[in-house]
Amino acid sequence: MTDAATAPIERTKGPTRRSIERFFGNRAAMVGLAIFLPILVAIITYDWWWGSGPNEIDLRALNKGPSPEHWLGSDGVGRDVMARLLQGGRVSLIVAVVSVAISTVIGFLVGSFASFGGRVVDASLMRLVDLAMTLPPVIFLLVLASIAGTGITPTILVISLLSWPTLSRMVRARLLELRERDFVVAARGMGAGVPHLLFKHGLPNCIDILVVYATLQVANAILLEAGLSFLGLGIAPPEASWGNMLNLARSTVVLEQYPWQWMFPGAALVLTVLAINFIGDGLRDAFDPRSALN
Amino acid sequence: MTQQPYLSVRNLSKHFKPAAFSRGAVVKALQDISFDIPRGQVVGLVGESGSGKTTIGRSVLRLIEPTSGQVMLDGVDVTTLSGAQLRHQRRKMQYIFQDPFASLSPRMTIGQVLTEGLDIQGIGTRAERRARAEKALMAVELPVDAFDRYAHEFSGGQRQRIGIARALTLEPDFIVADEPVSALDVSIQAQVINLLRDLQTRLGLTMLFISHDLAVVEYICDTVIVLYLGRIMEMAPAADLYARPSHPYTRALLSAIPSPDSATRPQRQILTGDIPSPANPPSGCVFRTRCPFAIEACAGDVPALREVAPGHLRACIRDDIL
Repeated sequence: MTDAATAPIERTKGPTRRSIERFFGNRAAMVGLAIFLPILVAIITYDWWWGSGPNEIDLRALNKGPSPEHWLGSDGVGRDVMARLLQGGRVSLIVAVVSVAISTVIGFLVGSFASFGGRVVDASLMRLVDLAMTLPPVIFLLVLASIAGTGITPTILVISLLSWPTLSRMVRARLLELRERDFVVAARGMGAGVPHLLFKHGLPNCIDILVVYATLQVANAILLEAGLSFLGLGIAPPEASWGNMLNLARSTVVLEQYPWQWMFPGAALVLTVLAINFIGDGLRDAFDPRSALN
Repeated sequence: MTQQPYLSVRNLSKHFKPAAFSRGAVVKALQDISFDIPRGQVVGLVGESGSGKTTIGRSVLRLIEPTSGQVMLDGVDVTTLSGAQLRHQRRKMQYIFQDPFASLSPRMTIGQVLTEGLDIQGIGTRAERRARAEKALMAVELPVDAFDRYAHEFSGGQRQRIGIARALTLEPDFIVADEPVSALDVSIQAQVINLLRDLQTRLGLTMLFISHDLAVVEYICDTVIVLYLGRIMEMAPAADLYARPSHPYTRALLSAIPSPDSATRPQRQILTGDIPSPANPPSGCVFRTRCPFAIEACAGDVPALREVAPGHLRACIRDDIL
């Protein structure tokens, strides 16, 4: 009877550890990281190594192309495009990350209330989500933005209010399934209340959804911010953002004669979004239990 | 018996209502279940799939809300408790699950699994909790170094013993064991059953043992309850039930046990058809649609549980032939 009990137990890795290893084995995700990390570091540290600031005006260089002094050229009022690009990246990423953090929290909480709050709460919250999802996003965004105004905080608010419904659905579905699992029933049988169930069982078992969703949503939020700023409703000049830098391209003169003024922010936007999407896809595959069999 | 039973279930019913706005009948999973378990005894609950065994086990522990009825555990009515009182009462009653693969969280180490109950109940310091969890691990004969491993590193039998250890960490008096061995290999079943029996005697546990394996029930239980479609068909001391089954359903069940000795093998009674839907049970005796002795009167009233021998109860009206 004690044979099996004392037999050596084979040591294997925990579920999180295996997911991380799968992620680092994913080539596309590594390419994404290789693109994204340098961009991130440059954006965060630029004021230590780049000479000019985003709003410094160099009157000797109006609409000048790339030169040793201004690597990426300068714009119509003599501002350095490199500095504005990096500052704009900072603003875009802050807006994206903060709004995604807010919408992830909202999405998780709404999903949790729906799945643990009983039938009535569940039904009413889900109808609310249905409603939020039927609103045409562009129009909703424009209306919200014109109410909230321009600037970093209103833009964050607008973007985070738009993107939680999908997540709340996914969280609800996961938690509804989890609620009936034996180990959760066991926790209830030991006296666990909703907070314990939510944070000791719900959150760890939703972490894959949250991480993947948040990553992909950061890319989405950068695009939303760029779109809003392009329309003049997001980040207002003189503050730089990738979106309002692209806004310059609306002028035919700039579009045709000073391509460095819009090409570089456009390229930065595309590269960053692409890299983050690669990372997000890699995370999704890493967390997918069906890819565990390798 | 003058002593108060440790667990006393009275008129327990559980009806599952269909979801709002959807068609569908009320499923009467349990109807009017009453039984007692004296302190330190094991009562077995047997019946086919869908007969309500698990529903009884979970209702008794308030893991699902019974529709009506009373569950007295050590003199306290569990069905009326709420909040902090219920949480405190849960220390006394624990559940062992059937599926050892679903009952342990894949994201927790065994240490976290075993200290979870103590954390929830706020018992002891960190070190004391760990000591108590290690004691439980030793009680189920697992090495203490299992503590920092994850559930997937263990075999089915080992996992089931971890499940048993978890139920023991709160030092309960009463345990519901829901088919604790039916998901295991036959060679491991004996180990786990013996372990459960040893623990039960050593710790003086009162137990409700749910199973569809009649041989296992005979081995471990003092009293056996035979369930069919949410109703009790027969209830008797184990030895008595196996020697003198009195209800036609019990007879059919017992005749289905494989026996290596052809001389003692009873005439095999094969039941035809399936268990009826609990959403639309037959009138009168629920077993009558499959009973070889059914007569017209069986469709009338629901037969009461009557004592046919000391401590031996049966719900059947055919006294004339049985």
